[in-house]
Amino acid sequence: MDQPVARARARLTPAGAGLAVAAALPLGFLAVFFLWPVVAILGLGLSSGSVLPVLTSSETWRLVAFTLGQAAASTVLALLAGLPVAFLLARIRLPGLALVRAAVLVPFVLPTVVVGLAFRVLLPAGGPVSIVLANAFFNVAVVARTVAGLWTHLDRRAEDAARALGASRARTFATVTLPALTPAVSSAAAIVFLFCATSFGVVLVLGGARYRTLETEIYLRTVQLLDLPGAAALSLLQLAAVLATLAVGAAARRRRETALALRGRAESARRPAGAEWAVVALALGVVGLLLVPVAVLALRSVSTSDGWSLAGYQALAGTGFPGTLEISGLDAAANSVRAATDATVLAMTLGVTAAVVLVALRRGRVRRASVELMDSALMLPLGVSAVTVGFGYLITLDKLPGDLRTSPALIPLAQALVVTPLVVRIVLPVLRSIDERLRAAAATLGAGPARVWREVDLPLAGRALLTAAAFGYVVALGEFGATSFLARPDTATLPVAIGRLISRPGELNNQMAYAACTLLMAVTVAVVLLVEWLRLPAVGEF
Amino acid sequence: MDVIRRGVVATLVFAAVTGCSVFGGADEDGDPGERTVVLVTHDSFTMKPEVLDEFRNSSGIRIEVRKTGDAGALTNQLVLTKGSPLGDVAFGVDNTFASRALKEGVFVEYRSPDADKGSRRYAVDGTDRLTAIDVGDVCLNADPAAFAGKGIEEPTRFEDLTDPKYKDALVVQDPATSSPGLAFLLGTIAHFGEQGWQGYWSGLKANGVKVVSGWEEAYTQDFSGSSGKGPRPVVVSYASSPAAELGPDGRPRTRALLFTCFRQVEYAGVLAGAANPEDAKKVVDFLLSQQFQSNVPEQMFVYPVREDVPLPAAWQGVVLQPSNPETLPAADIDANRERWINQWRALVLG
Repeated sequence: MDQPVARARARLTPAGAGLAVAAALPLGFLAVFFLWPVVAILGLGLSSGSVLPVLTSSETWRLVAFTLGQAAASTVLALLAGLPVAFLLARIRLPGLALVRAAVLVPFVLPTVVVGLAFRVLLPAGGPVSIVLANAFFNVAVVARTVAGLWTHLDRRAEDAARALGASRARTFATVTLPALTPAVSSAAAIVFLFCATSFGVVLVLGGARYRTLETEIYLRTVQLLDLPGAAALSLLQLAAVLATLAVGAAARRRRETALALRGRAESARRPAGAEWAVVALALGVVGLLLVPVAVLALRSVSTSDGWSLAGYQALAGTGFPGTLEISGLDAAANSVRAATDATVLAMTLGVTAAVVLVALRRGRVRRASVELMDSALMLPLGVSAVTVGFGYLITLDKLPGDLRTSPALIPLAQALVVTPLVVRIVLPVLRSIDERLRAAAATLGAGPARVWREVDLPLAGRALLTAAAFGYVVALGEFGATSFLARPDTATLPVAIGRLISRPGELNNQMAYAACTLLMAVTVAVVLLVEWLRLPAVGEF
Repeated sequence: MDVIRRGVVATLVFAAVTGCSVFGGADEDGDPGERTVVLVTHDSFTMKPEVLDEFRNSSGIRIEVRKTGDAGALTNQLVLTKGSPLGDVAFGVDNTFASRALKEGVFVEYRSPDADKGSRRYAVDGTDRLTAIDVGDVCLNADPAAFAGKGIEEPTRFEDLTDPKYKDALVVQDPATSSPGLAFLLGTIAHFGEQGWQGYWSGLKANGVKVVSGWEEAYTQDFSGSSGKGPRPVVVSYASSPAAELGPDGRPRTRALLFTCFRQVEYAGVLAGAANPEDAKKVVDFLLSQQFQSNVPEQMFVYPVREDVPLPAAWQGVVLQPSNPETLPAADIDANRERWINQWRALVLG
């Protein structure tokens, strides 16, 4: 649908200049902390050897097929499991839903190695089925909360009208609700696909050395063999797959993204009725399944070969078994919260700025292709191997003042690289769906641009912003790769401590590792509940 | 409405949390004018803070520890950054990666005065660029209770594991993704020779060897002697692992099989292009000092290289050192690692 109120054709106005400055912030960040390092390491690989042996090997193409296949299967499963949960969170008014909203985020914070071990307890055989299940386990939250962010604000009256005209619930969902949700669903699917295509720990633990992906192979060639040409060849394939995914996702969004009559949550959530109870039961079943691996971890934290014991928790209050931790588990928890706050603040700043710029560019008369280019560029970090970026840092960031390569200040920057695309994908569908006429009306009534944002966009995007912040927080809390490289012994976070404990022999270390996981989950739920509770009534309740 | 209360709490929580965060906090350690040496090392490095503090007080040098993955990741990062090093001194390059680091010119020569007290027994070459700091052994670990329950004796040698008596007993790690897995593969190559190792692994495969990616799965889940109580009574781990598996009687529940060990030596060296090479040398001396060496066993589960440092009481009779572990020249490992891993993958996983 076209904009009823179009801006005058581009000449550099003050607003246009402001937009350019705002766009420079996320794009500049991306250029320095992503493009430059990745291009540098790929360039080094390409100039130091031939990529042909890798590209022409049939083994490589088997890797590509398995990588894409498991990612596609995981994405479908996460969508199927996540949509009922999204319905529950968006449309249903029942007591205790805040807890469900927090619980679905718990998988996201858990170290992949630990989740892999929990899945090995549940499904000892391992293999592709376990990999797909574990990937879906992590990503149900992405679908549920991204889609719920839009669904919450969808005007219910269109559906009610369809029902009144005799459409079945299924037909109403398929012809009215689902098309309106498509921007959020395709956003979520793109993110989940990228996460699964680059999933590392899960594939390593559950693939049992037999199943490998581009990501694990890039790790092997870069970190262990220092075969940079081979790694560059695989990275280019990974990049090509990511770009193809993004193009498909953008095409899906282009066809469907329309202004919607967004409403406040109070109007759209109801007590379930009739067949809705079946969907609610399905959603609660999904949440229940998500909690099974979580329960395995919690059980292991209190079981020893001599019966039940809280020794793991007691040890965690101190520094535990000699030689394992340099700070107490509680200090590590505090470090986690601090580091995650930094990353979230940074990612929210970058992500919301980027989303606002993308929306403003679309409203203005900027060519659609360049808007989409910026949109896709912001997603790229999700699809490129963390190892490629990390090794790229080693050969580039020393040229910046203050040599960030081994500095703890790089932790929030590296984490923001992952969190920012999430923020954009969660916030953008909602901002784009806001009816331009609502904004135009506000402007006509005398509101300046800032006031329009405050009074129209912000209330409608409120829940999406909170979801984005909660997500960012949880991703940063659970982040392991960059943190384990960059954290000092005394600034170690809980995931780093868990990684250390799990790699040591001894029953107490093992119990402490699981106790630390439980602590991490408790911190996550507490943080998410706090974010929910802090939600000002004015925001998100239109 | 409690809007104001929530706003105030939000602000307070935010301030409390970010007030001392990475961005907001001052670097409490850096006394002005204090000399700092950046020690680049692997994830397994640990030392009591007291030991580091004592060195700081006696020498005026603060050691800043930066961990960067396992020994392989550490070495490759040092190679990649040799023109602009990540620190002044590195610790943790082992004998499986030493050749690569030396060939790439990552380290400069330095011979510590204490190097003659045991360290030089493990010298890679005659150039003194790498100083041996500790020694560890990757060995098969067995669960004696499981074998006693079945009424068969424990295996003792590599060859036993291909005996049908021990079918489905062994779990190992993929040498491509695990450093103990690589060490065990190298041990079999050293023991059976370039001609014989593939035949041995074919035998292991026929006898039901299980391969997993990492030590964590193998030891904590598949091995029957750990708290995971898995199904397999033999696993690739370290000679020191039994020290962490003590039963109620204070005796270890597991046993390292001392005829199946591969020796790993960890080295330290002053990085070429170090900002502070003189103090970096003093840190190498510190790593060889009585004080540091005597804490190496219980902090990092390895043996000190110094001959005049006794093992801790808790290790007496619990951690046994193999008298004749398998070894391979560092240069051979570096030249053949990738080929061996690929051959192993084709053979065992193919």
